[in-house]
Amino acid sequence: MLKDICASLGKRILFYCDYTGRMTLLFLATVRKLKEADVKETLRQMALLGADSLPIVLMTILCTGMVFSVQTAKEFVRFGAASSVGGIVAIAMARELVPVLTGVVVAGRIGAAIAAEIGTMKVTEQIDALKVMAANPVSYLVVPRFIAIVLMMPVLIIFANMIGNIGGWLVAHYYAGISTFTYENSIRTLAETYDMVGGMIKGSFFGAIIAIVGCHKGLNAPNGAEGVGLATTESVVLSIILIFITNYFLSVILYV
Amino acid sequence: MAEPLIKVRKLKIAFGDKVVLNEIDFDIYEGETLAVIGPSGTGKSTVMKVLTGLLPPTSGSVLIGGHETNGYTEDEWDRLRIHMGVVFQYSALFDFLSVGENVAFGLRRHTNMQEDAIRSKVSELLELVGLPGTENMLPSELSGGMKKRVGLARALAMQPKIVFYDEPTSGLDPVMTMTISRLIRKTQQQLGVTSLLVTHDMESVFYTADRIAMLHEGKIVATGTVEEIKNSSNPVVQAFINGQELKKEEKQWAAVK
Repeated sequence: MLKDICASLGKRILFYCDYTGRMTLLFLATVRKLKEADVKETLRQMALLGADSLPIVLMTILCTGMVFSVQTAKEFVRFGAASSVGGIVAIAMARELVPVLTGVVVAGRIGAAIAAEIGTMKVTEQIDALKVMAANPVSYLVVPRFIAIVLMMPVLIIFANMIGNIGGWLVAHYYAGISTFTYENSIRTLAETYDMVGGMIKGSFFGAIIAIVGCHKGLNAPNGAEGVGLATTESVVLSIILIFITNYFLSVILYV
Repeated sequence: MAEPLIKVRKLKIAFGDKVVLNEIDFDIYEGETLAVIGPSGTGKSTVMKVLTGLLPPTSGSVLIGGHETNGYTEDEWDRLRIHMGVVFQYSALFDFLSVGENVAFGLRRHTNMQEDAIRSKVSELLELVGLPGTENMLPSELSGGMKKRVGLARALAMQPKIVFYDEPTSGLDPVMTMTISRLIRKTQQQLGVTSLLVTHDMESVFYTADRIAMLHEGKIVATGTVEEIKNSSNPVVQAFINGQELKKEEKQWAAVK
């Protein structure tokens, strides 16, 4: 009994070590091939993966900013801390909420799309076709997506911060009666540019996770339509888990 | 006889306990078309995957142009693959690229040809496979037979020395089957390429191949010219080419052989 449990535990650990190793190897191969990036394809991916994600990211963050303000503004006013609301919302957004939520939204939208696209290519032998045409799948498929997301995440985060603060202000002003001057002044006094820069750095890390996990799941999709579906789901789940774990460590490194 | 272009010795492929190819030997000489025939699931496509470096052999050796490929890195394979063309069973056209871009893929990536020259080369190739003017169509707009022909045009674009065909005629109507077979023959005669044809379509094999190797249960049970295979006394070969099921004693005989 105990032997069986140990054996299955050992198997699981070995499986995860092997898995982490493969993912790391893909990451290293991607970094090695960065200079082979096809500029046209990278720009296409930037538009597809970055710019096209803007509406859903803005929508998510606008609502988050508003809800955050709903939960804090009136309470703060009650305690006579109305002059802190703007800053608190801005800092919380810039450091944590915007990067993590943008990461999660992009993982759902883009991580899934990457895994499905590359997974379909794998099961229809297109990856094999790339290889036999002496086109390395890492430099042709992974590198442009990797660069595109790593560069576009910080851009998305800048826009998201803007819209998030607008959402916060809307609620604070019209619901809790905080004046625009107080709100704006609070942001100026409490928040720093570094708060957002840290969030942008986090965003790039999350982008790298989304790209590598999505590509890895796609390239290793089991055969058949079911395999592609499985790869897609796993890619989203794993990306989100990794984003949360990485976020903790990045917060400690960047802000403590 | 000259040294073969591709020399396979004691090639074994196993997935876990399942042995797909059991120490097979065969040669492909320059300029000839070798057809590997056999029932589905006997590892025919696996042979092709090994020869194109998509699958490393479990054991044994594969010499291409006199060089041992076992242990080749991806970069070394890529240098070799520039001289290879592969026609995939399900075409494997890049569905995010147009027909023209598919055919031009290798030329754009591996040559310094001018865009005008690439375009005229692409239209020449599409003309060769009987699909002129389809450059701007997407693979999703093509029928199965058309996709196969585009796949062939793409495989020939880089003027390969070796072309691999994986079931090039499966799932096609008889007219299209003959068209593809003629194209394979024409390619070999006009361009002098060496070809490996993996199929179970005997009509196509008899029309296109110079020599035939028959795979059965992971072993090569017969090799020879088309005439030799047609007249082979091996019951496994006869049963296969005539489309009959093997009797029990014949199976035993084949196993002994």
